[in-house]
Amino acid sequence: MQLTDHEQAMLAGEFGEPRKRALEQQIKVGRFFDAEDFVEIAQVHLMADTESLGEAGVAWLEELASYPEEERRVRVPTVTDPRGVDFDAYKRLGQQESWAVLEQRAIDAFTAMNFLMTDTCINYQTIFPPAFGEHVAFGDTGSTIYANSVCGARSNFEGGPSALAAALTGRTPRYGAHLDQGRKGTHRFFVKDRPQTLSDWGALGGVVGRATGSYWTVPVLEGIEGSPTSDELKHFGAALASFGSVPLFHMIGVTPEAHDLGDVFDGPMPDPKAIGRADIDAFYDGFGLHEDGVDVVVFAAPQQSLVEMQSLAGLLKGRKISDKTTLIAATSPEIKSACDRLGLTATIEEAGGIVLKGVCFYQMYAREIGEANGWKRLLSNSAKLVNIIAGYGYEPVLAPMEACIDAAVAGRMSK
Amino acid sequence: MSDRIVRAHVGIGSPVTGTALVASDDFSARYDLDRVEGVFSRPAHKLCGESYVGRVLVLNTAKGGVATAWMLYEMKSRGMAPAALLLNAANPIMAQGAAMADLPFMDRFETDVTAAIKTGDKVTVDPVAGTVTIHG
Repeated sequence: MQLTDHEQAMLAGEFGEPRKRALEQQIKVGRFFDAEDFVEIAQVHLMADTESLGEAGVAWLEELASYPEEERRVRVPTVTDPRGVDFDAYKRLGQQESWAVLEQRAIDAFTAMNFLMTDTCINYQTIFPPAFGEHVAFGDTGSTIYANSVCGARSNFEGGPSALAAALTGRTPRYGAHLDQGRKGTHRFFVKDRPQTLSDWGALGGVVGRATGSYWTVPVLEGIEGSPTSDELKHFGAALASFGSVPLFHMIGVTPEAHDLGDVFDGPMPDPKAIGRADIDAFYDGFGLHEDGVDVVVFAAPQQSLVEMQSLAGLLKGRKISDKTTLIAATSPEIKSACDRLGLTATIEEAGGIVLKGVCFYQMYAREIGEANGWKRLLSNSAKLVNIIAGYGYEPVLAPMEACIDAAVAGRMSK
Repeated sequence: MSDRIVRAHVGIGSPVTGTALVASDDFSARYDLDRVEGVFSRPAHKLCGESYVGRVLVLNTAKGGVATAWMLYEMKSRGMAPAALLLNAANPIMAQGAAMADLPFMDRFETDVTAAIKTGDKVTVDPVAGTVTIHG
């Protein structure tokens, strides 16, 4: 890789041991993907929940955080993905004290490095949306695909260690989605029927993701007239990234790099694959129904926007959730504060629901809290969540928000 | 029998020799493994029940979310990691995890690596040269 004088100095340790180590690690990855050089980045979003870090990962962070302040401080604004524990709710959810202790150790280390503990996967909606053409290092598949596709910013999936390295060096190897060539379309889809609900948009993401299925593919969608909302694109992208490992999509006439097909294809284009209502319905059917009972209804993955929280509160107002069912809505600390101030939290809690902040259901020891609370039959309007959560011992079903609320009140789904 | 050499893209980590464990399935540390016991645990995975500790693990592609990037380091720190990981196709997450853990890692072989190597083969992985030698 070609290094600038500044990068050579960093590699020689002139800016301290943490930055030296971070750059060494990034060079390994850059060489692996044939990056010619580094690109400077504007911000970092870091995924580092304690369930993934483990004791070893937290000890590694603490060692980094023990260096002098000028050596350990991050170089660009660095925000965090959801954590494993909501300190105001973990006891009620049956989470263990040792997880809270590990969580606090990780937070102390991050804070010493000057991280902003935003604890959110919807940073692009609520914190610091990336600008068009900006290079960033984002570490949640949902936030990366939204930044790339909807904002027109540029990021690869940066796993925890890699995003942390980028925060320390202020740069990342230039490969994949940072290059014009890595942003060209590879697959083409024609959407015949516009999705109606947020879960429909997630289902569409799931259908497209299953049909692409590699990090190095870029699906291009046609047929969407008029721009979807931020929440619709959020659910679509999060599901597409989850089912397909895809970091980028283009939607013709909607997303900023795709005014027409010529913008996103070089040379001959593939034939479009049509997706209709029947494909979306078949996607839902693949998860079945919970007519015999629902243990837990979850609104998360991604965390809820303020607009989604308002919809939830509106649907729950004056109703009572079944005592056989737990309803959880997870959002960011910032949006939770807004919900408290606007009375939305009170409305959801009066109906018997739980509002969590700074966590996201699958990153908070989902297997263990399921066992502790007897949760198995799960219902959600998130296609991403129902994809992930089966691996944690749940039986997930996908339904629109209204149907999820009706089921939470009735204690079971009806056809 | 003589040694056979399979070429690949230059990889991550230092040369290592070990015994291969091979399947044509994909790989995610979060979804496929019991990381405490060091065995494959997802029932649908062809290697379910097999110990991967100290083996040269050969699989098809990397899949799953970003968590695997932390997990390879965590596994190695407990001495419960594979000796090396060979895939037909990597993604950034797996490469970043291997770089942090300093785990020998290679992809982009000249042929389907899950067919070229068989479980039980003694192999030398050289990420610096971009070769895997299958000892005859």
